[in-house]
Amino acid sequence: MSPIAIKRINRALAYLCLIVASAFFITSFNWLLSTSLKPLTQIFTFPPEWIPSPILWSNYSRAVEYIPFWTYLKNTAIITIASTLGVIISCPLVAYSFAKLEYRGRGLLFFVTLAVMMIPGQVTMIPLFLLFTKLGWVGTALPLIVPQFFGVPIYIFLLRQFFMGLPDALREAARLDGASEFRIYLQIMFPLAKSAVLAVALFQFMGSWTDFMGPLLYLTNEPSYTVSLGLQQFQSQKGSEWGLLMAVSTLMTLPIIVLFFFLQKTFISGITFSGIKG
Amino acid sequence: MAKLADSVQVSAIPSARKRALHRTNVIGWLFASPWAIGLLCFYAIPMLMSIYFSFTTYSILQPGEFVGMNNYRDLFQDPLFWKSISNTIYFTVFFVPLSIFFGVALAMMLNMKVKGMAVFRTIFFLPTLVPQVALAVLWMWLLHPNFGLVNGMLAHIGIDGPSWLGGESWSKPSLILMSLWGIGQAVVIYLAGLGDIPDEYYEAAQIDGANWFQKTRKVTLPLLTPVIFYNLVMGMIGAFQQFTLPYTLTKGQGTPANSMTFYVMYLYENGFRYFKMGYASAMAWILFIIVMALTGIIFITSKRWVHYQGK
Repeated sequence: MSPIAIKRINRALAYLCLIVASAFFITSFNWLLSTSLKPLTQIFTFPPEWIPSPILWSNYSRAVEYIPFWTYLKNTAIITIASTLGVIISCPLVAYSFAKLEYRGRGLLFFVTLAVMMIPGQVTMIPLFLLFTKLGWVGTALPLIVPQFFGVPIYIFLLRQFFMGLPDALREAARLDGASEFRIYLQIMFPLAKSAVLAVALFQFMGSWTDFMGPLLYLTNEPSYTVSLGLQQFQSQKGSEWGLLMAVSTLMTLPIIVLFFFLQKTFISGITFSGIKG
Repeated sequence: MAKLADSVQVSAIPSARKRALHRTNVIGWLFASPWAIGLLCFYAIPMLMSIYFSFTTYSILQPGEFVGMNNYRDLFQDPLFWKSISNTIYFTVFFVPLSIFFGVALAMMLNMKVKGMAVFRTIFFLPTLVPQVALAVLWMWLLHPNFGLVNGMLAHIGIDGPSWLGGESWSKPSLILMSLWGIGQAVVIYLAGLGDIPDEYYEAAQIDGANWFQKTRKVTLPLLTPVIFYNLVMGMIGAFQQFTLPYTLTKGQGTPANSMTFYVMYLYENGFRYFKMGYASAMAWILFIIVMALTGIIFITSKRWVHYQGK
């Protein structure tokens, strides 16, 4: 066989593997989409009908009225954007100090940061709940936003690995030119690390957007619910509105799918473990 | 400017150097200050409070009193506590190795250089983006003993499918299957690790006449071990904290017959449904000790199997 033929066969095999595996993973979204367009009676039929007939677009308009969808969407957006902003402001700053600045206690602080990464959230969950109760923040979105402005250990770790891989030469040059450390960080190092910052920002964005436990704990009154918490309202004692639940789930999933599709390459290149990527 | 910097260095006297050192300390801590405050307020102090609570009968409703080791003693005699531990260990022991195997395999597939990869990567990531409440419903339908797609397909080839989520012995394997669907996040981390492996290694292997299998065994896997190590630790910690999926699947009940009561679900129930916060804090600390011990073991063994580039 000629090398070109072998190459073609390899490529065909690669696509075959990808398509078979994809079929398994895409079922989640296919089903979500198809159920969101079905009347209640057609949902649990066997064999399943992937393409509903008739297509019930009205599920969408009914769904966004069944629960105060726009309010929940607004709440979700505020929490997601604010907490992502918090991460972008705090984490690279701290990570940069771990990677490039020298100060007493740095080693210890970094070690404690790594240790904190291993602490199950449940250990601090109850005292934090009490702290936020004392502050009068329970029932508001503040417990889901404010801590992010003070850094998240796992993101600090990932960003530190990235900063470690950036050369010192630029920094030295800027310092000789009389730039302050903060200016060096803001104008040189931060822009260089933008793929890593984007990666942690995306992790935070997706985490906040779909978070269930945080809102379950802290958003105690209905007007402050997020979409993922509000989804539960479609399941009630009277019966469950599956079609509507899936319609809202589809609406909520679409924006992050689009985001991931366009950013995946930068996202993946921003994560590094070796610390030697230049 | 450069001249000025030179002259400062030349004329550096001890006190000036001391001042410079002091300055770098101040700047360093200024950069680290948000996290120093965050660490103190959102981690260190809550942890200390949590230790204290674990020795009291604290609840939101009552101040509670100091009871020494009572909570721990009660826990060790609580059959549901042991049940939740064995459920959680069962899940972890099967899920973590499987997720590493499939995670690495999928990442290697998604790292191939063919057209349209962005679409495939997005597809593999989809289940992690779909809300867990919706996923729970999808799985209840897929795995329905009588009308579900999975048993329907099994019936086609003459197999009488199990009751899946409805039966005690199949509920946890079902959950493991569902969780494997959501390994997109780990795959992204593995993909990043694969991207860190320099092409030169593969070119060298190519020249030596290595085939795909040899390249995988001798280049890819050894160089991926730091990332596997990271995902092993994080995956183990995550598996011990399994909550949302079993919680939404069973509406917080852990049915059937408590076979789906996982450690954190039971902790949540004690703390936030019965308001036994002291009891729940004791549970949290036991969890912390288990996780720390396991992490320690992984760290010790890692010297044998984790290879770092350039070392």
